[in-house]
Amino acid sequence: MTYATRGDAIRGSATRRDRRKSSIVVLILLLFAAVIVAAGVGAVPVPVPDVTSILLKRVPVVNRWISGAAKRNAYETIILRVRLPRILLAIVVGGSLSGAGASLQGLFGNPLADPYIMGISSGAALGATIAISARLPSIVPGLSSVPVAAFVASVATMALVYYLAGVPGKASMDTLLLSGVVVSSFLWAVMSFIMMRSGDSLREIMMWLMGSLSNKGYTHVRMAFPYVVFGISVLTVMARDLNLICLGDDEARYLGINPEHSKMIIMFAASLATAASVSVGGIIGFVGLIVPHIMRIILGPDHRLLLPASVIAGGIFLVVADAIARTVIAPTEIPVGIITALVGAPFFFYVLRRRKVHKG
Amino acid sequence: MRLEAFSISYDYGIIKAVDDVSVSLGSGEFVGILGPNGSGKTTLLRVLSGALKPQGGTVFLDGEDVHKMGPKAVAKKIAVVPQNGYIPFPFSVFEVVMMGREPHMKRFSGESPEDFRIVSNAMEVAGLTHLAQRSVLDLSYGERQRVIVARALAQEPVILLLDEPTSHLDPGYQIEIMDVFKSLAESRNIGVLAVLHDVNLASQYADRLIVLSKGKKVADGPPEEVITKELLENVYGIKAIIGTHPASGCPQVMLVPGGILGDRR
Repeated sequence: MTYATRGDAIRGSATRRDRRKSSIVVLILLLFAAVIVAAGVGAVPVPVPDVTSILLKRVPVVNRWISGAAKRNAYETIILRVRLPRILLAIVVGGSLSGAGASLQGLFGNPLADPYIMGISSGAALGATIAISARLPSIVPGLSSVPVAAFVASVATMALVYYLAGVPGKASMDTLLLSGVVVSSFLWAVMSFIMMRSGDSLREIMMWLMGSLSNKGYTHVRMAFPYVVFGISVLTVMARDLNLICLGDDEARYLGINPEHSKMIIMFAASLATAASVSVGGIIGFVGLIVPHIMRIILGPDHRLLLPASVIAGGIFLVVADAIARTVIAPTEIPVGIITALVGAPFFFYVLRRRKVHKG
Repeated sequence: MRLEAFSISYDYGIIKAVDDVSVSLGSGEFVGILGPNGSGKTTLLRVLSGALKPQGGTVFLDGEDVHKMGPKAVAKKIAVVPQNGYIPFPFSVFEVVMMGREPHMKRFSGESPEDFRIVSNAMEVAGLTHLAQRSVLDLSYGERQRVIVARALAQEPVILLLDEPTSHLDPGYQIEIMDVFKSLAESRNIGVLAVLHDVNLASQYADRLIVLSKGKKVADGPPEEVITKELLENVYGIKAIIGTHPASGCPQVMLVPGGILGDRR
């Protein structure tokens, strides 16, 4: 309680703000590293220098300093046409699932919440199942009917869950959760019935449900990107509200925010980002649960840092997981959802244990 | 600055928690709210804070209807220390206290040097400076309670509403924290309204006591007028001895084993 310790308290906060910046920088560098490595591995391995120069050549301004040494060759096609779109999709999907997960964990004040908690995934699953088994024709050029149907169905599910939960803006979180669970199990039942009768397309549906980024292109990235960017931007703006909302409605109000308004905005933004990424990537589990949790353990619960950090880390995690998914038993591809759980669970325990040792 | 509530009524469907209660609180005044469990104290406090909108009556802060002001405007003037400051994630003490600056911050701006100064001052007043970087989850109940108090102080309120602020504290911290509230009332002219369970503590610190029973206000006045044998019998259903504090002269209640009246329930 002396002046010296008071100074320490203030200095502590200043260093925390520096740490905030530096951890984001570190994560971005890790993301670049993950992209370069992931772009290099596969049936045709591409050396890191080649990957780097091919990628940098596509960056305006920077490309002036890249010599023509990087030969125009098959590498370029492989990287830019085959691997890069998939990597970008992994960043978009991983980032949005993780960001949405972090926000919903804050919203419910519960580290067990994940982006699928509101039943959005079940809507997407039903939409995709119908599109696959009925072989719906594509209406968007360059995009099969599956992601479009999944997106429409998940947004409709979102609306239904809200509607059933009651008056807009007044619905309590419990009612909303319950409504999500009930709608979700209803839709899963419908979907299971369709799957049972779908015969040949069963395998394709199963692959979709487990979450996979294979056979996806720039069109998928373009489809999901605007919604994800919108959703994540809104959530980032609401980061301080999230810090207060996790304390409970009354406390949030005592500290000057309207919890009902803020919650509805956060729910909507998180749902939209989730719907968009599930539509293009299927139901990839674990990312939205584990990545924010790990980030909270490492960086603390302040959503102003936690949220952007979770987005970037979610991108890294899925880029790496997808690289493993397509190479580990090549030429067969594993649905990336299996990898996220297989890699995620042990890694999570490692972080948890390490943390305990540090503390003890 | 004056907080005034006129004939407040609030019911949770079947139970009428608060029934036609009027209270007022001026700057620098320390008012205690007493009453048995379930007498509507916490509900009244939540109504006064703007968190609950009453079915009947109005709460005015300097003539302005609290329930029409919007949470941010209210939070600049009224700070609340709730009963169970629940914090689900390991925020640091500093981070939690900084949350008290929220009503004074703009959406897109960060903390100003002024905010840091106010927060470290609030931590000092609550005796938390040495714990600034600790996770609130690692603290004892008493320390956590003081964190919530510091957060309320960081709001720089003119009205402070406290819901059993001493409930998890040992006698030493009870006195310490009550002294803080008392001095805030005196030196910063803050109006303090505290729901208290401890009749003796309330009698020592409050300028005025308001007693609720079954949602109704049954007494409102200085401790020596309010704390009477009849009140303890009628409101709490106990027979007790009322003495006088040897030093301060305020009334003190001494409980008697077996002194429960038959009609308590």
